[in-house]
Amino acid sequence: MKSTLKLTLGLASAMLASTAVSNVAYAEDLTLCWAAWDPANALVELSKDFTKESGIGMKFEFVPWTNYADRFLNELNSKGKLCDLIIGDSQWIGGSAENGHYVKLNDFFDKEKISMDDFVPATVVGYSEWPKNTPNYWALPAMGDVVGWTYRKDWFSRPELQKEFKEKYGWDLAAPTTFDQLKQIAEFFQKREIDGKTVYGASIYTERGSEGITMGAMDVLYSFGFKYENPDKPYEMEGFVNSDKSVKGLEFYKALYDCCTPPGASNSYMGEGVDAFKSGQVAMHMNFAFTWPGLQKDENVGGDKIGYFANPKGPDGGQFAQLGGQGISVVSYSDKQESALKYIKWFANKDVQAKWWSLGGFSCLNAVVKDPNFPSSQPYAQTFLDSMAIVKDFWAEPSYAPLLQASQKRFHDYVVAGQGSAKDALDGLVKDWTSVFQDDGKM
Amino acid sequence: MTEAGLTMLNRTADSVARATPEPLARKVRGISDKGLAWLFISPTILLLLAINIFPLFWAIYLSFTNYRANRPNEVVKNVGLANYKRILGDQDIWIAMQTTAHFVFWTILLQTLIGFTLAWLIDRKFRGHAFWTTIILVPMMLSPAVVGNFWRFLYEPQIGLFAYAISFVSGIPPTDIQMLSSVSLAPWSIIIVDTWMWTPYVMLICLAGLRSIPEYIYEAAEVDRASNWRQFWSITLPMALPFIMLAVLFRGIENFKMFDMVNLLTGGGPGSTTEVASITLKRQAFESWRTGYSSAFAIILFVAVFGLANIYVKALNKVKQR
Repeated sequence: MKSTLKLTLGLASAMLASTAVSNVAYAEDLTLCWAAWDPANALVELSKDFTKESGIGMKFEFVPWTNYADRFLNELNSKGKLCDLIIGDSQWIGGSAENGHYVKLNDFFDKEKISMDDFVPATVVGYSEWPKNTPNYWALPAMGDVVGWTYRKDWFSRPELQKEFKEKYGWDLAAPTTFDQLKQIAEFFQKREIDGKTVYGASIYTERGSEGITMGAMDVLYSFGFKYENPDKPYEMEGFVNSDKSVKGLEFYKALYDCCTPPGASNSYMGEGVDAFKSGQVAMHMNFAFTWPGLQKDENVGGDKIGYFANPKGPDGGQFAQLGGQGISVVSYSDKQESALKYIKWFANKDVQAKWWSLGGFSCLNAVVKDPNFPSSQPYAQTFLDSMAIVKDFWAEPSYAPLLQASQKRFHDYVVAGQGSAKDALDGLVKDWTSVFQDDGKM
Repeated sequence: MTEAGLTMLNRTADSVARATPEPLARKVRGISDKGLAWLFISPTILLLLAINIFPLFWAIYLSFTNYRANRPNEVVKNVGLANYKRILGDQDIWIAMQTTAHFVFWTILLQTLIGFTLAWLIDRKFRGHAFWTTIILVPMMLSPAVVGNFWRFLYEPQIGLFAYAISFVSGIPPTDIQMLSSVSLAPWSIIIVDTWMWTPYVMLICLAGLRSIPEYIYEAAEVDRASNWRQFWSITLPMALPFIMLAVLFRGIENFKMFDMVNLLTGGGPGSTTEVASITLKRQAFESWRTGYSSAFAIILFVAVFGLANIYVKALNKVKQR
């Protein structure tokens, strides 16, 4: 009886204690909004240090990628107070700056001696500036990301496959440096039997609903010579978006989809790509760099079995990659802007950024990524650096959403549904984008 | 509010007043019975006005503007009928409407045929019919989110049971049976799932119709030596027709605004092959943020469904009067 009583009392105390711990009251709580993915978990871990130092509690609102834009753009448009800090997608910067959703950070950066020169230039342009290439900052680069590739190093290194490949294509089976090579490798592995299992060439982005196929197709189109507009005349797209080189790039993407992807991969994005690679279905896998730490740790395909390479070169030697990633901003509707700015100041600190990288986040601070030990700090670190040096991004205009919807439709109609030609798709895209900019009064 | 509407409200107020017990009416001094009734029903009326009528009129107003919900600071301009003209001249919208019509036609046809046949069989009251009725009703009881997700797995060309079953019968390799990725098969993949899920609903309504036919009519037909075939065409079908038409009306309205299943299974793809009107509307309203334009599209859809439903109800009434 006595022991039962003790046990009951012990359990009750433990329950009370656990409730007390989870309800620790801080002078103030900040809510940070972001996507629900691996780096968000790393940020939760990292932010514990901020709470320790400042006494400010941190709450997190993470939404899956498929609903991330809908959920948080609705929140910002309705001037909601849910988020004090937001890690918003790079394409939101124009709209969020022009519509007053984000606090402009120039004065704060000046006051706190935070210099944008200390960050990787591409991330400053991509995540912080609006208008682009002007010193108007709306976010601190938070999570560097870029589309790159992983491949099955263990398959590539099998002598019998190397021999067969060399005989067939005349060059050594290795990570490709051009898109032509990438397609040859993908064809080589397509429907091949490896360890009693049928495998496929490559997993690429084909998702229709949000931004998937645009991110994937653009990742290829850039290196083939696609340009969003005339560099000398903004918003003039005829002959740039639908140039012959762009047409070839889109034809290549469709050919890659038709020849070398797993069956049924017609609506595939980040999650589906990871699944295809982890389950040993594909030899190569296109995805954002944030997936690499998780894959590296995977028991079945990680460790020595996985290799990484930056986006290959196009036919004329052009080499670019689609930028991902986000900056962290203070929401202008928040009542806790002062504390939110404290968080940004803390986050910009070199030691915090170094820990961010070690936990699985992708730091954009030069002091971290240019550290001599950085390339060897992780097996994918050098590929990340190489990729970040060649990034390009989609439109970041306030009308980015209809611009994106148009490209999603045009690319999916051609690449996946096989309707019309690449030229038709890109001509249609010029027409759609022109209409959006005309509505905006920019043309 | 129209005169007919006011008359209806007064009638409702009167009936509530009549239903109020005498002592309660006496207790509330200074308020007439009619006033008291109004007091009781006014919260409901206010709620209806706030969540139904006001948004409808607001959407009509927005449909004549260039308003975008993601640009709260931008001046809202009146654009007259420009949104309506643009929608009616937009080829993509017409393609979406055709896709919707194709989907509505085939789902209703299949659900009505299979639903009525099942109801007719169940109505035979064979041994174990109650058990089979319950089994048949199961798909209808599931959440569309669950149904959409598990059918997505069933359709998987590499691991899906559906592909393996078809492969077993046809000899085509399962990896070649790409129900959700193929332009020609994707619309049918949605029609199959919707038919699987909602045929029981049509069956239930048809069963109610069949059970409402008095037994003595069949007995009289037997006396007149009418064959089973003759009984079916002259008694069963005509007398169950109002119920069948009602089921068609319900399913037609539901399928015209179908969103969940399409979104879960194909997201409108491949390309725009399965992009029904509601998917286009959602994309315009909440992804492209063209609020004025999408309001105009919503009004057009509303008028179309309302108009078609009205014509249909008139036809239904004529059938009932026969």
